[in-house]
Amino acid sequence: MHCFAYVEVNLPGVEQEQRVNDGGRSAAESGTLSGAQQEAVERAIALHQPRPGALLPLLHAIQDVLGFVPPAALSRIAQALNLSRAEVHGVVGFYHDFRTHAPGRRVLRLCRGEACQSMGAERLADLAQRILGIALGGTSGDGAVTLEPVYCLGNCACAPAAMLDGQVHGRLNEATLRALLQGAGETL
Amino acid sequence: MSTTVWVPRDTSAISVGAEDVARGIQAEAQRRGEAVRIRRNGSRGLYWLEPLIEVETPAGRIAYGPTAPGDVGSLFDAEFLAGGAHVLRHGPTETIPFLARQERLCFARMGVIDPLSIEDYVAHGGFTGLRTALAMSGTQIVQQVTDSGLRGRGGAAFPTGIKWKTVLDAPATPKYIVCNADEGDSGTFSDRMQMEGDPLALIEGMLIAGLAVGAEQGYVYIRSEYPLAERILTEAIELATRAGYLGESIAGSGKGFLLEVRRGAGAYICGEETALLESLEGKRGMVRYKPPLPALQGLFGKPTVVNNVITFASLPIILEKGAAFYRDYGMGRSRGTLPFQLAGNIKRGGLVEKAFGLTLRELLYDYGGGSATGRPIRAVQVGGPLGAFLPEKLFDTPLDYEAFAQVDGMIGHGGVVAFDDTVDMAHMARYAMEFCAIESCGKCTPCRIGSTRGVEVIDRIVADESRDKNLTLLQDLCETMLHGSLCALGGMTPFPVLSALKHFPEDFRKLASRRAA
Repeated sequence: MHCFAYVEVNLPGVEQEQRVNDGGRSAAESGTLSGAQQEAVERAIALHQPRPGALLPLLHAIQDVLGFVPPAALSRIAQALNLSRAEVHGVVGFYHDFRTHAPGRRVLRLCRGEACQSMGAERLADLAQRILGIALGGTSGDGAVTLEPVYCLGNCACAPAAMLDGQVHGRLNEATLRALLQGAGETL
Repeated sequence: MSTTVWVPRDTSAISVGAEDVARGIQAEAQRRGEAVRIRRNGSRGLYWLEPLIEVETPAGRIAYGPTAPGDVGSLFDAEFLAGGAHVLRHGPTETIPFLARQERLCFARMGVIDPLSIEDYVAHGGFTGLRTALAMSGTQIVQQVTDSGLRGRGGAAFPTGIKWKTVLDAPATPKYIVCNADEGDSGTFSDRMQMEGDPLALIEGMLIAGLAVGAEQGYVYIRSEYPLAERILTEAIELATRAGYLGESIAGSGKGFLLEVRRGAGAYICGEETALLESLEGKRGMVRYKPPLPALQGLFGKPTVVNNVITFASLPIILEKGAAFYRDYGMGRSRGTLPFQLAGNIKRGGLVEKAFGLTLRELLYDYGGGSATGRPIRAVQVGGPLGAFLPEKLFDTPLDYEAFAQVDGMIGHGGVVAFDDTVDMAHMARYAMEFCAIESCGKCTPCRIGSTRGVEVIDRIVADESRDKNLTLLQDLCETMLHGSLCALGGMTPFPVLSALKHFPEDFRKLASRRAA
């Protein structure tokens, strides 16, 4: 079925774009994997390769360790799963969760769902963007916090909600959001 | 003798401080030399009272909430361990009106048991339905489910028994059971509660489905936004495997069933069943053309049952008590109960499991107590981001699949989001289009392009640019999306847009009105 298995599909334009995006933060994004990154990738492959439909669990396993999926790892993943590099690239690009460059040290995800909006989530999102001086999707200049939108955390009866590094916070208001942001800064 | 205090281990309860309260009680008990055993339950679904702690007393479980770490000292002073009076005391949990008036079938054990105790689960009727199913043929199980009138709880409300019969009759093997736990609709959280508070019921339901259609492998596709639910469910699967309910021989029957949890990656579209299957196969979550139906060519091209968490979790009681017991709840063609979720700007938000047929107004006011802000409720969105916005004059509509369809609404997965009178409905209509643009899989043009054009057209209407022309254009665009989209995302995004336009037209002409004045 995979006529192009093992064939390297080079997308030079894409590679370049990723290099621009990462701001040169790590060696991985400029084409080679660091030792630790290589280890994470190989461990994920060893763990998930035999499973049917292994690509998502594999990508998650890499991102759980590294915080992102290094573009330089795509060829190796493709080879391991008998896919084309384009297919792997397509999957990484399709899902909102997968990042191709390192996020800030903390990730704050603000819910934009209707239930949170009904309790003032938009105002809180404006405030967070103002305080950090970045837009949703951006990372603060010091690399401390990445701000992301999220579409529902299932905390709709305790709205508005946000998630800081996997921990959900509910019934947020200006004061508690400020405290969250401050906490995110202090633990650096 | 130590006193047992229950503190929910539930995402929402934890989001408002349940862990701190649990730690606080433990520390204070130690300081005072009191013997306290903290046990973790799911949430009762009385979310405005979370963190809601319960103390086991001879008179039953006594509820206190919403508690904060700062309340712990005064709770001990008030002898809450003996059920003592305190400003946060609500008496026996079961008598709190919000809970007492519900009809909890699917959620009967919710908040009552430790979700990770097989012993608790069995003591509260768990695995009785499975044992019944093990004594039946696949055809008999499917007949029971068909007779119960159960319809898919994910939102599409397709009769479960009919879907299962198609899979049962399909000759190809192997067959798969897939649970759609990609609960992406804003305003819904019943799947999350189920997985966090009573995951064994979901596992039991999937086992019953496997026995019914002859499948030996199941997958739960859970959204990545639910890390705690994923952890608890994974642990429950390990427990059930060790106890012999999952594995080579289900409860010693010789029939096998394996279950695996798979994590999504933040794509709303993967709640659409064919996109979910693509995602499970490791691909982009692109919607498939139907036919072929997933029941015939689903996961890896094999016959597949795809059902929502609540659909599966409703099965144990149907098998335990029989189809007629379940069918006796509800109205019209909507049989049984639905765990409705009251959310957004509402005073008493939470989970209300009731038979179909109660009205939206009862839900909003008798249960919800009106808006959280104390202002009038102006609009309600039922059924998630693709559901219509309903104005006050439609609040007497009974919650029934067909009655909602008649007012161009849908019950969907049972989420009810309330908005007070500060809401800008033109903004909400724009958001509906924006959400569709962000989440579209891109396979069909009406959804991929239409949603972006929709945002632009609404912007022009609000800016009072060629108003009439753009209103006609928006109507036309919605028609195209409604009839020309491949799946419900593009096909139903017009519902919130058109309903906002129909019921709240004044919000679309604020600038025009100001100019006219």
